[in-house]
Amino acid sequence: MSKIEVKNVYKIFGDQPSKVLPMVQQGATKEEILDKTGHTVGLDNVSLSIEEGETFVCMGLSGSGKSTLIRHINRLIDPTAGEVLVEGTNVMDLDQKKLIEFRRHKMSMVFQRFGLFPHKTVMENVGYGLEVQGQKPEERNKTAMEKIEAVGLIGFEHQYPNQLSGGMQQRVGLARALATNTDIMLMDEAFSALDPLIRSDMQKQLINLQSELKKTIVFITHDLDESLRLGDHIGILNHGKLVQVGTPIEIIMKPADDYVAAFVKDVNRAKVIKAKIIMKPANSSDGIDKSNLVKVNEDQFIDEFLPKVVCSNANCEIVDKEGAVKGYITKKELSKALTKEHMADAAKSTK
Amino acid sequence: MKKYKTYLKYFIYLIIFAFVIIISYRSAKPRYKPEHYTDIFKDFSWLNDWPKWLDFPLMQPLNSGFDWLIAKYGIFFEGINFFLLGLYTSMKNSIVSLPWPLVIAAVILITYFASGRKTQTTVLVAFCTFFLGFLSPRYWDKCIMTTCIVVIGMLLCIAIGIPVGIAMARNKKVRNALLPILDLMQTIPSFCYLIPGILLFGLGAVPAIIAIFVYAVPPLIRLTDLGIRLVDKEVIEASEAFGASKKQTLWGVQIPLALPNIMQGINQCTMMSLAMVVIASMIGTRGIGDEVLLGLQQLNVGMATEAGIAIVLLAIIFDRITQSYGEKIQERTQPKKKIDL
Ligand SMILES: Nc1ncnc2c1ncn2[C@@H]1O[C@H](COP(=O)(O)OP(=O)(O)OP(=O)(O)O)[C@@H](O)[C@H]1O
Ligand SMILES: [Mg+2]
Repeated sequence: MSKIEVKNVYKIFGDQPSKVLPMVQQGATKEEILDKTGHTVGLDNVSLSIEEGETFVCMGLSGSGKSTLIRHINRLIDPTAGEVLVEGTNVMDLDQKKLIEFRRHKMSMVFQRFGLFPHKTVMENVGYGLEVQGQKPEERNKTAMEKIEAVGLIGFEHQYPNQLSGGMQQRVGLARALATNTDIMLMDEAFSALDPLIRSDMQKQLINLQSELKKTIVFITHDLDESLRLGDHIGILNHGKLVQVGTPIEIIMKPADDYVAAFVKDVNRAKVIKAKIIMKPANSSDGIDKSNLVKVNEDQFIDEFLPKVVCSNANCEIVDKEGAVKGYITKKELSKALTKEHMADAAKSTK
Repeated sequence: MKKYKTYLKYFIYLIIFAFVIIISYRSAKPRYKPEHYTDIFKDFSWLNDWPKWLDFPLMQPLNSGFDWLIAKYGIFFEGINFFLLGLYTSMKNSIVSLPWPLVIAAVILITYFASGRKTQTTVLVAFCTFFLGFLSPRYWDKCIMTTCIVVIGMLLCIAIGIPVGIAMARNKKVRNALLPILDLMQTIPSFCYLIPGILLFGLGAVPAIIAIFVYAVPPLIRLTDLGIRLVDKEVIEASEAFGASKKQTLWGVQIPLALPNIMQGINQCTMMSLAMVVIASMIGTRGIGDEVLLGLQQLNVGMATEAGIAIVLLAIIFDRITQSYGEKIQERTQPKKKIDL
């Protein structure tokens, strides 16, 4: 059973969505619907499933329905048609009381425009999820302080949100979502307002968090590099339709249509391809100069070890977690990996 | 299908209109009517001047309805009258019996703490208070009476207006039902509100309080409603997403964030109450308003002006206290200072 399952969800914004629904189901486009009826199609027959412990990244241009999709999962928005199942329960079947329990203990959310409470301090904001659960101030402040520390905002806990910069506010939103320690995290452009340094730091933290706690994360981003870095699977939305779902490599190698192709055109391959994909296996490594070697973990991305290789003019020895040698990478493999032709081969080999 | 429905609607309106005309014709006095109703369609002279039989009979049913109301619910109104009058007299008597410097000191204290320790506002209000009595010693007690009426009227507005405003913001049906009533309440000339008050409660302070309530409560309801609906949608969503119940969202997020607007409503409410209480002197409500009336009746310009100034001073006092209290709340909920990293 998947952790989250979205089945044929349609969402139409407007006064009479149910009247417009048949038109959408018969294949009218978003523009046609807007033109003829004044209704906006938010989601158009979206189905996907997200497994426990994975990070699912959702991408798409502005207005493609990403925020709308993520809001269906905790039922901030009711679908016009279709079902959303979380751990096998249809969220539409929950009554008011069960829905509240579900939101308190099952999932937390980071908002695109932060959604902080302007009248509460940073600490009160971060502790809000615990406050509504009825936790005592001492307890929840303790948890809140831990999370404030995790996002690097120590010293600001008694400030109000509009005394902070945008990036700092976003981190408050992040800490607030972390504080309730739920299985599922919904992150709507959670890193978009951060500067590059903090951003990559936060990405690393999220990856670490994932390797330890194995939460199920739905992550929205505009940044392809970020999605490739974080996502186990990536879904791409266009005008409310889900045009492709796949692993990062699949998305890059085999874009489903021109829209996706345009998306991945400028991708920085060094950031996506892992060492183990391009290495020459250890058993066929004859003729490689092994006098000057750099040790590289098999799961490292090319851009992580490329500088080392270039500076020391060495070849790479690829090892797994235990330290066993798996293969080698020379300049030849590297240059091949970073040009287009090689990509198709890599796609075949990962299939 | 849709067209058919609208036609049906118009048809029903037409029938109702015809029905009203027939009723008015039937209830008109016989001497105003032609001998037989068919005469209307033979002799068209009634098209020149408005015919006396074309007169919608509203006055009589209203009067009888009013009588019925008094007969049936007289005790209820009696109770309200008794309660409000008791509140008013005890409040007025206790303040009047205090030595005047003590009253000024109390006003200073209230202003000081309500404004968040702003000296400037406090000094201004203190001077205005002093000048009330300084203008004419007679004014002192009268201003206290006026103040008591305004304060009681306002409390009534707050006790009823804010919950109604909240209900309106949360429920579209309530909103749609109340908006036309509020519009109506605000278009009726203010002194009309005195009439039902007099009829139900006689002369004096109580009809003035009722009139204040009816006149001043609409802006408070509107601003409460507006304030709550203006709260950023994503902030409400955030509250819901973390599993806050409706009640928790209302008290923990919506009301605190709507407070600046609600305070603005209370401020407006005060100003309108004061305007109303001056008009109410026409129906014998005692207070600073009757000094103006007296001045006008005696064509004594100096007297009327002096009383007018006293009213302005009173308005400044009320305005400053409520306004600065609102500002204080706003500062607490939305600090403006920005710092850089
Ligand atoms: N409450 C609403 N009422 C009407 N239309 C809406 C509403 N919310 C979203 N929409 C419409 O649904 C579509 C998808 O919006 P959504 O916010 O999901 O986009 P998004 O992919 O998150 O974009 P962005 O990257 O800019 O955040 C848009 O066309 C928008 O106009
Ligand atoms: Mg969005």
